[in-house]
Formats: sequence, structure tokens, C-alpha cells
Amino acid sequence: MAGMIRRLGRWGLSFFERLGRGHLFLLEALAGLPSLLSRPGLVVQQLYSVGVLSLLIIVVSGLFVGMVLGLQGYNTLVGFGAEQSLGMLVALTLVREMGPVVTALLFAGRAGSALTAEIGLMKATEQLSGMEMMAVDPMRRVVAPRFLAGFISMPLLAAIFSTVGIYGGYFVGVGLLGVDAGAFWSQIQDKVDLHEDIYNGVIKSLVFGFAVTWIAVFEGYDATPTSEGVSRATTRTVVHGALAVLALNFVLTALMFGEI
Amino acid sequence: MAADPPVTSAPQDPLVCIRGLRFTRGSRVIFDGVDLDIPRGKVTAIMGPSGTGKTTLLRLIGGQLKPMAGSVLVDGQQVAKLGHGELYALRQRMGMLFQSGALLTDLNVFDNVAFPLREHTDLPEAMIRDIVLMKLEAVGLRGGHQLLTNELSGGMARRVALARAIALDPMMVMYDEPFAGQDPISMGVLVKLIRLLNDAMGLTSIVVTHDVPEAMGIADHLYLISDGKVVEQGSPAQLEASSSDWVHQFLHGEPDGPVPFHYPAPDFFDDLMAGEQ
Repeated sequence: MAGMIRRLGRWGLSFFERLGRGHLFLLEALAGLPSLLSRPGLVVQQLYSVGVLSLLIIVVSGLFVGMVLGLQGYNTLVGFGAEQSLGMLVALTLVREMGPVVTALLFAGRAGSALTAEIGLMKATEQLSGMEMMAVDPMRRVVAPRFLAGFISMPLLAAIFSTVGIYGGYFVGVGLLGVDAGAFWSQIQDKVDLHEDIYNGVIKSLVFGFAVTWIAVFEGYDATPTSEGVSRATTRTVVHGALAVLALNFVLTALMFGEI
Repeated sequence: MAADPPVTSAPQDPLVCIRGLRFTRGSRVIFDGVDLDIPRGKVTAIMGPSGTGKTTLLRLIGGQLKPMAGSVLVDGQQVAKLGHGELYALRQRMGMLFQSGALLTDLNVFDNVAFPLREHTDLPEAMIRDIVLMKLEAVGLRGGHQLLTNELSGGMARRVALARAIALDPMMVMYDEPFAGQDPISMGVLVKLIRLLNDAMGLTSIVVTHDVPEAMGIADHLYLISDGKVVEQGSPAQLEASSSDWVHQFLHGEPDGPVPFHYPAPDFFDDLMAGEQ
């Protein structure tokens, strides 16, 4: 019993110590952001590797998720004779939930893991130490541009995911199952609200982008500088990132749409 | 180039002055009361068995680690007490050659050498190009300026890292195990470069190594460190003449002596007989 309490205490101390380190790290990363104003090229470079290189997986996933939504939505709605509302169902599902959440999960898997591995390997090969000794602050030169790029990329990727998903739903609903094209689009125009749906979706994706990128860059910077350490850190990024997204999604959904 | 440094200590004073240095990692004592001076304009070698904290010493000098007790003064400035800005200003006047080279793998050779110039100066690109090519010429790799880091051999990577370390014309260069894992030709090139650059650029060089012949060949002054203390110091000739058995064993690579070949163990015969019983 005493041993269990000791282990629990040790786990708690280590958890809070790491949490504290993560927050200090975040403050340092945020403090490095103003220096990027004079060097936008660093952010553009990272926007390419974090955002543009994630486009393929986002577009393909968005298309298939939209197609499945179209198919499942039609099968459900047709029972009530409400298949003309398919556009609204697909659009609201994507814009409010699936777009930000699935994009964030994919983002954690593709861009987040890449960020962790890159920074972790830079640490393992002494590149970060080398920068420090060249009087170049790695927090400003390496972490801050990646952090900002992740934060900017996420809502853009989520928007692309939702847009492609709606076209996927359109292809299945209108193209294959015979839903009226005018009804599909007019239902979307009528029922999707700019403030309640679009803005809330954007806020969600901004929060997810912040959380996932923070976890990814911190895990890389804090990784044990060995191949095993980098591998563990990369796994942690994906697992913690996904859990953070799902938990935050519940909180945000409750705040935005819930009656809790 | 870096701006003229503020004169913080007299030219005759040692560039690096370490007094009563104590540093531990957990319960393990790495340095316990180490006193050490690095004279200006000289090549000083710091030698000792693996794991004695030679690299840690360089990190303490560079301010990447802080001592538990004692002081590390570089050009009159107490490194552990410097603020972020002052420390980074001091580091602009230091170069460090890491054992791995620590080249930035997303940049080619040219951009690696240009990196500190682009970070710390507003020089036009044409001038940066000239400086980079001059530094690469000094290490014999001007022809390879477009190579990627994964196309370099270990020796070439260290030469590129050396060109980068001297890009800002520092007052001092620290070399962390520059000869480890090098073939004889690469080692000869590095030995020649360290001495040549030190003399031609008026540098102060600190070479951390356990390669005895190379260190004895280029160093003006040597320190031998073991078990957290300075065991011996002096010129190569003075070390050769040392009466210490430990120094003799280390310099000549003898397998047995004050550092025993066998790990402490009970009597061999008794140990074997214990198995019989």
C-alpha cells in the first residue's frame, strides 16, 4: 500500500513537473514570436512544411469523410423523406465537428509527429546546442516559427477539409443518389450560420492547432537525445495530441452549442 | 564581423580562468575544486580518460551549464552570472567545434558557414559569399561549398564546422574531441588546421581530447584531468618528464598501472573455489 502511494506520489510529481516545464516552454516560445516580424521568411518556410505538405492527406481524407457522410446521411434522411436536407447535414457535421476534429487528428499524425521528430533529432545531433553556442536562440530560430506556422495552418487546413468534404457529400448525394442539386446548396446556404457554425468551427481549429503544435514542439525539444527518446517523443505527440483534441472538443462544443 | 569586444581583462591575463570549480550530476561528482587557466593566443589541450567531464568543462566555459560552486571567467566575465543578452554577446566571440560537427542538416555547406554571419550581421550577400569562401578555403573545402551535409565524410564535416566556428573571427575556439574517429589523413589535416588557424588568426584554442600524440604535437600547454581534479599540467615536455605513474600510464597507454586492468574483485582463486563449493 505504502509502495503504491509512493509510486502515485512520484508519478504526480513528475507529471506536474513536466506540466510546469511545458508551460515555461510555451512562454518562451510566445516570447520568441515578435522576433519573427522581422524574419517572415522563417515562418513561410515552416508554413510550407507544416501546412502545404499536409494538404494531400487533408484533401483525400476530407473527400472520403464527406462521401461517407453523404451516403450515411442519405440512408438516414430518406427514411423520413428528408433527403433534400442532405447538404445541411453534411455541411453542419463538417463545419462544426468533423472538419476541425479530424483535421486536428490528421495534423497531429502528419505535421505534429514531423515537428517532434525534426526538433528531437536536431537536439540529438547537437544542432540545437550548436546554435546556442553560435549565440542563436533555438527558441526563436527553431521553435517559434514552427509554432506560429502550426497555429496558422490548422484553421486553413480545416477549412479545406470541410470544403472538400462538402464536395464529397455532393458527389455521392447529388451525383450518385439523385438528391436535387439546388436543394443541396440552398439548404447549406439557409441553415449554415456564419457566426454560430463557421466562426465556432474556426475557433475550434485555432484552439486545436495551438494545442497540437505546442505538444509537438515541446515533445521534440524535451525529448531524450537518443533514437529511442525521439521515437517515444514522436509517439507521445500523436497520443497526447489526439487526446487533447478530443477532450478540448468536448469542452468547446459544450461551451458553444451545449446547454451544460 | 562581430563588433570589437569590450576590453574586460588585461591582455596578459588568461582568457579563461577557472577557480574552485565544482560540478555534479546527481550524486556523481564531475569536478571537485578544479583550478585552470587558459592562456591567450595558445593552444591548450585538456586530456583525460573517457567520462572525466572534458566536454562538460567546455559547456561550463560556454555557459551551457552552470557550476555548483566556483567561478568560470572568460575574458574577465563570470559566465554563470551573465544575463541572456550578455551571454549571447560573449558567445559571438567564441567558436565551438562539436564532436559530431553539429552542422544544420537542412542547409548545405555554404549556408552552414554563412549561418552565423546571416544571423549576427547585416552584411550584403556578396560580402557574405566572399567571407564564406575565404573560410572554406582556409579549411580546404571551397570546392565543396555546394555539397549537402549528408555528402560529407566525418573529417570533412568537422572541417566545415571549423569554418563555421571561425566565421565571425572569434577570440577563442573550443574543440570537442576533434580527432575522435578520424582516419590518419583527416586527423593530420585537423591537427594542422588547429595549429595554423590559431597562429594565423591570433586565436586562443582549447582542445579537449584523449588522443595523446596529436595533443602533445600541437598543444602549448596541457592539463590532465581525472576523478574530478587536475592531475598534472604543463608543457608537453614537462608532462613527459612527470614523475607521476598515472601520467606515465595515460600518456603511454599502458593497460595496467595506477588505473588497474582488473575491476576490483575478490581473490580469483577464492572466487573459483566458491563455485566448487
